Amino acid sequence: MEPTVLKGRETQIYRKGKEPFAIECNKQSLAGAVSQRACVFCGSRVVLYPIADALHLVHGPVGCAVYTWDIRGALSSGPELHRLSFSTDLQERDVIFGGEEKLKNALLELIERYEPKAAFVYSTCIVGIIGDNLEAICNQVTEVTGIPVIPVQSEGFKGNKRAGYNAACKAMFRLVGTGNTSDISPHSINILGDFNLAGEIWIIRQYFEKMGVQVVANITGDGRVADISRSHGAALNVVQCSGATLDLAKMMQDTYGVPFERVSYFGVEDMAEALYKIARFFKDDPEILKRAQLLVREELSVLYPKLLEYRKDLEGKKAAIYVGGSFKAFSLVKAFRLLGMDVVMVGSQTGTKEDYEELQEITDEGTIIVDDSNPLELSSFLQEKDVDIFVGGVKERPIAYKLGLGFCDHNHERKEALEGFEGMLNFAREVHSTVMSPVWQFMPRRTG
Amino acid sequence: MKHTAKLKTGHPYISTTNACKLCKPLGACIAFRGIEGTMPFLHGSQGCATYMRRYIISHFREPIDIASSSLSEKHAVYGGGSNLKLGLNNSIGKYAPNAVGVATTCLTETIGDDVSMLLREWRVDADAECPNPEIPVVNVSTASYSGTHMEGFHAVVRETIAQVALTDVPIPESADEDIKIGTKPLNLMPGFVSTADLRHLRDICEDFGLEPTILPDYSDTLDAPVMAEYEKLTSGGTSLQSIRHMPQAIASIEFGRVLSACGDTGGELLQEKADVPLYAMGMPIGVRESDRFFNTLSRVSHRPIPRRHDLERGRLLDAYADGHKYLFGKRAIVYGEEDLVVGLTAFLSEIGVQPVLCASGGSSGYLKDAIAAVTDGLLREAPQVRDDVDFFDIAQDALTLKPDFLIGNSKGYSFAREQGIPLIRVGFPIHDRMGGQRILHLGYRGSQNLFDLTVNAIIAKKQRDSPVGYGYI
Ligand code: SF4
Repeated sequence: MEPTVLKGRETQIYRKGKEPFAIECNKQSLAGAVSQRACVFCGSRVVLYPIADALHLVHGPVGCAVYTWDIRGALSSGPELHRLSFSTDLQERDVIFGGEEKLKNALLELIERYEPKAAFVYSTCIVGIIGDNLEAICNQVTEVTGIPVIPVQSEGFKGNKRAGYNAACKAMFRLVGTGNTSDISPHSINILGDFNLAGEIWIIRQYFEKMGVQVVANITGDGRVADISRSHGAALNVVQCSGATLDLAKMMQDTYGVPFERVSYFGVEDMAEALYKIARFFKDDPEILKRAQLLVREELSVLYPKLLEYRKDLEGKKAAIYVGGSFKAFSLVKAFRLLGMDVVMVGSQTGTKEDYEELQEITDEGTIIVDDSNPLELSSFLQEKDVDIFVGGVKERPIAYKLGLGFCDHNHERKEALEGFEGMLNFAREVHSTVMSPVWQFMPRRTG
Repeated sequence: MKHTAKLKTGHPYISTTNACKLCKPLGACIAFRGIEGTMPFLHGSQGCATYMRRYIISHFREPIDIASSSLSEKHAVYGGGSNLKLGLNNSIGKYAPNAVGVATTCLTETIGDDVSMLLREWRVDADAECPNPEIPVVNVSTASYSGTHMEGFHAVVRETIAQVALTDVPIPESADEDIKIGTKPLNLMPGFVSTADLRHLRDICEDFGLEPTILPDYSDTLDAPVMAEYEKLTSGGTSLQSIRHMPQAIASIEFGRVLSACGDTGGELLQEKADVPLYAMGMPIGVRESDRFFNTLSRVSHRPIPRRHDLERGRLLDAYADGHKYLFGKRAIVYGEEDLVVGLTAFLSEIGVQPVLCASGGSSGYLKDAIAAVTDGLLREAPQVRDDVDFFDIAQDALTLKPDFLIGNSKGYSFAREQGIPLIRVGFPIHDRMGGQRILHLGYRGSQNLFDLTVNAIIAKKQRDSPVGYGYI
């Protein structure tokens, strides 16, 4: 097979076992390489947009706003402002004369129409060039409307998706510390880094509540402005996912002294560990740990027998993983192992050096580890390893299907809850339903 | 100027809520994938290319690789030339395309990169670095802060003709040798239609003994079979060779009443520069507009309409008769790309449906006239025509217009759901159904398909709403 790795990208791919571990990451995507990555704007939009009672206005031409219109599955239990797509739809004359006036009018109009609790204004590539003063406009509008109007410095070209996470955290941090915290329990947390895809945060919240822990704010799935503004009153930040909201947790730690723990809700081990971790944090109340243990025991007694059924069929099948954040990849490796499957390739768009190090520790010999990959590499890895299922997002899906192999969407567009114990069951079911489908028997990959 | 209407409180209404259009570079990328072995390349930041890929994938459910010059802050300040060149070398090296289609984005238009000049520079010093410095590169300017994806799409058609067919290489004297005996070359620029439409159009032309060069033709590249080996650039698409022969065709046919009113089309270029007679017409949807197309084919090929198409026309009319009562007086809102809206309106007015609102996010200024032309003599009441609208506008109008159904892309779904009325999915994007990319709309057969979809949507709604639940209609 011809090599599909681009010059300048060799250092971003590692095969476990051959040489001592080394990988480069967090680099600007190589020009012309067809990276699967998005941009700063995308990163900030991903994080902020699930705040359902805020207005999310994209300041720029129409494209960026429409491509992100209700494409992700973040559910809300109340207001649904986040599912609309607002844009200042900059035109040629705005590019020449500046878009500030238009932005201001748009904000006034939309805030009056929808009465949001806050507004986020996202800057796009072009706004960074024409130099509109977002800060000034936002301040003016705050003055008139009385709601927080917050600029998000998300010009697409100013880094990658990770920089967008940071921009989002900075924007949110302006809300934190403005609300009343007087009625918050000492056993309280904020859930950070969960976007409530397919209602997942509701599953997780319910676990914590059963343990007797109060959840102050969901950041950001099913998020509310008022909750975030008082989130500094929580005793602990529980941060999921490696990148998206870690910056916010750090800012809250520095400014308000709120400590944080990193967790993952995917897979049995990591889910249980997440609950224990929180319980151990509240060691002043041993009942919390007891309740957590009981909860895990109960859930597992239902889950395991069902998982074993799937495992019978899935034993020995091969999986490849390419996801946005690498933290999720850890859990997926473990989850596949629980199903008796081998992970032969794992990669992410935005992993850090430490993430990859950890990945190489938990994976088997020969596993390919890759940073910021592209379709040609991915397809060649899938073929080389003769994979049965590929886990990724929408951009990865057609690669799998075109090659005639199974696929599981583990990204922001999934419609199936994959977190928590019931999420693990859904995951197993989904993996099973794609790996075991008879359709692959007819594919040229198998039939020649 | 958009949105001059004022809200009650007097704020000028100027933002866009749920846009009914997409940005220019997206249209350009789709059109470029309709040219054989062509790699779409966006000169801009990485995000645009990824977003557009994602968006196109959700409709076509096919891989589409779009390279990007992945500009960073430094380039935004000092110009993106170096990354454009590096990106070209990398993607040509890796994908080995036959051609590259470079489209600008709002970023590179605003920083003022002169892409034609950069490409000339790249050619001069490419040799050492670039694996294929002779490769044709078509470039289009697609500033996303004006127009819609359709302008980007048509720009690719026009520029490919200008840069490949009319200047690229001298046309070989014995060009005719490549053409099958007994067939006549014809240029067909159908616009943004479905992959099934493209295949059907080819069959129709061939039935007239015509050898069509369809530009662009993404019927294979964006609706491909499964593969044993991954193809870097899915095969299929209009070949460069046939594009080079376009100046020798017996005629050009171009669909789109709005497009031709706007002018400066690929077909016009071929007419001016190479004397290829141009037949401009609306999208052949419905009997009247399809008749125009078939009659033109008959004229340019000097052949009568083949019997099988005559039969299809007859069957369509038969269906019109069978179903007319379910449809008469039903009120429809039509939205989407301007030319598609015109075509759909032509069809709806033929079958007795009253289009109450014909809406588009485009703003050519010609929509109204085009609608008037295709509905002439069919409607008792002229529809409202609004261009430069978004879905907020459409929903507002709908409250008073009380449509029985919507017809347009998936983006009308939330409104249709709210109102409890059917949505008949056509156009782009259709990302909440399977097979959206291969819905047939064109010709008698496409109209038949649309007719069945429409009347059945009405019948299904009737059944659903009925207290009795008639099982026999
Ligand atoms: S940055 Fe410009 S070109 Fe890119 S998606 Fe947004 S509007 Fe379109």
